[in-house]
Amino acid sequence: MQVPAQVEYERAASVDHALTLLARYAPGARILAGGHSLIPMMKLRLAQPEVLVDINGIGGLRYIELVADELRIGALARHADLLASQVAGEHFAILHDAERVIADPVVRNWGTIGGSLCQADPSEDLSAAFAALKGSMIIHGPGGSREVSARAFHTGPYETVVGQAEMLTEIRLPVRPHSGSAYAKVARRAGDWPIGAAGVAVRLEGEVIADVGIGLTAVGAAHFVAAEAEEFLLGRAAGEEAFLRAGEIAAAHCRPGSDQRGPEEYKRHLVRELTARMLRAAVRRARGLDPVTAAP
Amino acid sequence: MLHGAVLRSPLAHARIVSVDASAARAHPKVVAVLTGADLDERGMAWMPTLVGDVQAVLATDKVRFQGQEIAFVVATDRYAARDALELIAVDYEPLPPLIDATTALEPDAPTVRDDLPGGNRIFDWSAGDKEATDAAFAAADVVVGCDMVYPRSHPAPLETCGVIADYEPVGGRLTLWSTSQAPHAHRMFYAVLTGLPEHRIRIVSPDLGGGFGAKVPVYPGYVAAIAASMATGRPVKWVEDRSENLMSTAFARDYHMHGEIAATADGRILALRARVLADHGAFNAVAQPSKFPAGFFHIFTGSYQTKSAYCEVTGVYTNKAPGGVAYSCSFRITEAVYLVERLTDMLARRLGADPAELRMRNLLRPEQFPYTTPSGWQYDSGDYPRALRLALDMAGYDELRREQAERRARGEYMGIGLSFFTEGVGAGPRGHMDIMGLGMADGADLRVHPTGKAVLAVSVQTQGQGHETTFAQLVAQELGLSPNDVEVVHGDTDRTPFGLGTYGSRSTPVSGAAAVVAARKVRERARVVAAVMLEVAADDLEWLDGKWRVRGDPDQALDIAEIARAAHSSLELPAGVEGHLDASAVYNPPNLTFPFGAYICVTDVDPGTGEVKVRRFIAVDDCGVRINPMIVEGQVHRGLADGIGIALMQAISFDEIGNCLSGSFMDYLLPTALECPSPELGATVTPSPHHPVGAKGIGESATVGSPPAVVNSVVDALAPFGVVHADMPLTPANVWLAIQAAGRKE
Amino acid sequence: MKITVTVNGTDYARVVEPRLLLIHFLRDELGLTGSHWGCDTSNCGACVVWLDETPVKSCTVLAVMADGRRVATVEGLASRPVLGGTGLDPVQEAFAACHGLQCGFCTPGMMMTARWLLDHNPDPTEDDVREAISGQVCRCTGYENIVRSVLRAAKLEGGDPAEQRLRTDPPQGGRAVHQGPGHVHR
Repeated sequence: MQVPAQVEYERAASVDHALTLLARYAPGARILAGGHSLIPMMKLRLAQPEVLVDINGIGGLRYIELVADELRIGALARHADLLASQVAGEHFAILHDAERVIADPVVRNWGTIGGSLCQADPSEDLSAAFAALKGSMIIHGPGGSREVSARAFHTGPYETVVGQAEMLTEIRLPVRPHSGSAYAKVARRAGDWPIGAAGVAVRLEGEVIADVGIGLTAVGAAHFVAAEAEEFLLGRAAGEEAFLRAGEIAAAHCRPGSDQRGPEEYKRHLVRELTARMLRAAVRRARGLDPVTAAP
Repeated sequence: MLHGAVLRSPLAHARIVSVDASAARAHPKVVAVLTGADLDERGMAWMPTLVGDVQAVLATDKVRFQGQEIAFVVATDRYAARDALELIAVDYEPLPPLIDATTALEPDAPTVRDDLPGGNRIFDWSAGDKEATDAAFAAADVVVGCDMVYPRSHPAPLETCGVIADYEPVGGRLTLWSTSQAPHAHRMFYAVLTGLPEHRIRIVSPDLGGGFGAKVPVYPGYVAAIAASMATGRPVKWVEDRSENLMSTAFARDYHMHGEIAATADGRILALRARVLADHGAFNAVAQPSKFPAGFFHIFTGSYQTKSAYCEVTGVYTNKAPGGVAYSCSFRITEAVYLVERLTDMLARRLGADPAELRMRNLLRPEQFPYTTPSGWQYDSGDYPRALRLALDMAGYDELRREQAERRARGEYMGIGLSFFTEGVGAGPRGHMDIMGLGMADGADLRVHPTGKAVLAVSVQTQGQGHETTFAQLVAQELGLSPNDVEVVHGDTDRTPFGLGTYGSRSTPVSGAAAVVAARKVRERARVVAAVMLEVAADDLEWLDGKWRVRGDPDQALDIAEIARAAHSSLELPAGVEGHLDASAVYNPPNLTFPFGAYICVTDVDPGTGEVKVRRFIAVDDCGVRINPMIVEGQVHRGLADGIGIALMQAISFDEIGNCLSGSFMDYLLPTALECPSPELGATVTPSPHHPVGAKGIGESATVGSPPAVVNSVVDALAPFGVVHADMPLTPANVWLAIQAAGRKE
Repeated sequence: MKITVTVNGTDYARVVEPRLLLIHFLRDELGLTGSHWGCDTSNCGACVVWLDETPVKSCTVLAVMADGRRVATVEGLASRPVLGGTGLDPVQEAFAACHGLQCGFCTPGMMMTARWLLDHNPDPTEDDVREAISGQVCRCTGYENIVRSVLRAAKLEGGDPAEQRLRTDPPQGGRAVHQGPGHVHR
């Protein structure tokens, strides 16, 4: 019978109230948003918080909107919100590609973007997607708010820079012209965690790759980023030769582990294969060649 | 009502040094904690299995698989029971575990069952003619051999197993609301175990959320709940969670097979040979007829003409959960069909022959039935070539091969996989089939009420197969009633006749036959009554269009409702004829029935990632007379999904020290609606000559026939890479590895 | 702690432990055993109910999270305003007609998801239906008849897409939430 251990429960009425509660009940307090990362862990008793701080009642944290040249996503936006958001899909096809293959439609109804990012599972698709997009996270703490790059947000498996008495409130993604992005994941079955996945966001200047982000999921890439492959691509002509070589570099530098999903050599191969495929797809989209709603 | 929770061993093999439940007993909501020592005092710490071994209810000396039951907590609510599990302190002395079945018989292998004399060997069994088979192989033009594993999987019905045990001490009555596919067999089992007479044990197995063989065995949790109810004098409810279900209840398959097929140069199959290592887990708890330790595996010559065959099966113990027979296997026919259908495909590849043509060349012909196979099965009826032709037509086989060639030229890989299967169901004739010494004959009681409505009580028990409809149809057909006027009662041992339960697709062939026989007895009694009512001789009546009619004067007729009223009235009946319209039957099937089918699976494989997509699934089934086509098709739909899951993703796996890596639906993956294409079904009908209405049964056919079709399809897709065989599950990693391995060979 | 949850239109006030899962609250506290549980890891979907008009896996939601919210379970399906007046929701009628259930264990969850799908997408394709139920497992039907049942229910309803019915307020009350596809039918 998998049910959680005893736990106390508080409801936060505002961000400040949540921060107060988190501080008061530290270190055993955890934020409860959608609960779809935390509650499964509690049922298996892998997580046994002493106090849950329920933030679902805090207004003004569930939104997806374009502000100047930034897409801003409130931390309480549900996965389903992101998948259904036209403005998100229009500017960041990678987000829709990723959301389509995250969990299943019912789980996406309730799980939150903030919750998934803060759970920091090494297999979390959105973490890689935001890393590829070079987004930034807004974290509220007792001293005010701070901004952290998505590529520095995760410090290790199940670890982020969010402190005990802090809360992620918003994710910001820069909108740039001549950009395209794509995400693909290989899993044993629909809705499964990835065996390996790659997301690419690219900005072109003419034929040249002016900026690129490559996010890798579930393969031990530090901060979910394929930094060496990104570096290789900057300034290069966007073409097959570059894509294939970038895939090899990304494969060489990640650190996948062998497990039930597959042996290390296969996962490395996936990184090579998927990185190249997503570079191809992102560049096509940047060139306006594929409709963003088509699968990559 | 109290709630139970089971403490389970985290280790696969360990000596139990001590169990200290004192802290758990002190929990304010805990009423009792039972340990192996407590049950030992009642003689209930061990129980018999269905095949004559013993199984621990709560471990006393050792634990022998991860997840084995150690203690049973009884509390006032479920959450508290779960909490209390953590308060039980068990001191284990770890022992080296035996996980790899292929090492079980090595001299230095850990001994799983030190309570038995035979070491890790459970049985050696063989069937067929070794000499003739070896001779055939020696003389053959072509021999193709292969090692193949049918991995361990689990039926995973959506509802887990559970029980409410209510022992009422004043009357000495035990009532069990239980997830049981075989309530009467369970009742006898509990009678032997507890010493209570059967008429004071009532098992109610109502709507079950799926069975698929998972709910045939008696599990330790049930017995612990009974003991707890006896100890506390209160009803005790225990329902397992999903991890318990996957880690401790009856698994399926786990056959390590080496198969060989011998043929002439022009592709005629001469002989088949197989050597099998069967992993039974820590206790031999397979649910199958007792004289067949390897079930019906020796049906492995399949649907083809073969001169000779020989197989050997060795069963071994390992430090894993017990089981082996479950999940629509028809008693190991899934394994046998997989073996022969893979070998047939490999033979076709070796000879450069088309797999459909090769099968057509070797299929048994209709005029050969009833056909006795080299391993002793007598197939009852079948027109195999017709079924295969229909499947090929439906699939557009030639067009598919053309498409395959075009795609290969473009570097795209699609596969077309066939499977032709014969299975034997409806166990079985009491002469040679029994479980725990119980003959596999099933009863049916039919009662027609004065107003002409009928109640049919049967011994089988439905888990969604629609017995309420099909059995009502059988009786309605025989008696000219509307099916709506026939109520089917099942699942309550107080209200139903004895029988061995639902599994092995036996409901239609055995219990359905019993229902028909009972209905015909009723009809014959009705004839006598009608003769009295119409003042004619019984022989002057004929049954036509739902009524007894006077020969030559059909308007002089009576229907069952009218006759029933009269049979309950003061009408004078002839001497020796009893009133009312009730009848019972116990049906002892003269043989199994043999449904068969031809399946074609089309897949698309991405060699860059190893992903497999099932594009189409064509299934032609022949289950004899189809009582309710919609229900038949529903059964086939499910079996095709099983095949996709088993072939591509489902496997219960362990690490080297026996940790079960598939203890949840996160890792024991089941196919969703996205993996299953809309199936294309066809049917042929060759009635069973010995079944009262010619029906054969369908429940397991598609699970038997579909996995080889999927695997054959994927291997076919990968043929250009030199892949000749790859073991299930064909996950993306395994597909990719198969391609790499084949590449390295060349 | 004390919570009040509106289930199928009726308010229920109960005292519960914070750790109590919504599925157990519905089944054990309220006796609404129509929703089932079949796994430990939020995979099977036998527990799907609506929370504020959104299908959720109630095994992954705490009862306290439903405090002040509305829950709809399969027991409430037949009492919604329906066409025809048979008393059954068209989804239920379609499942019965198309043999969309065998053991019935996954069925309540499937029907709640189907009902939500048809409310938002009255004319779904087969792919839409398969995608919508892709997070829910059935062991009996191979999904084919479930898909047929949902498509059949869509046909049974068929009504005028321009006819809008009431929609409840978005749960956050604040900034605009996502645009959903299609109209809402009740």
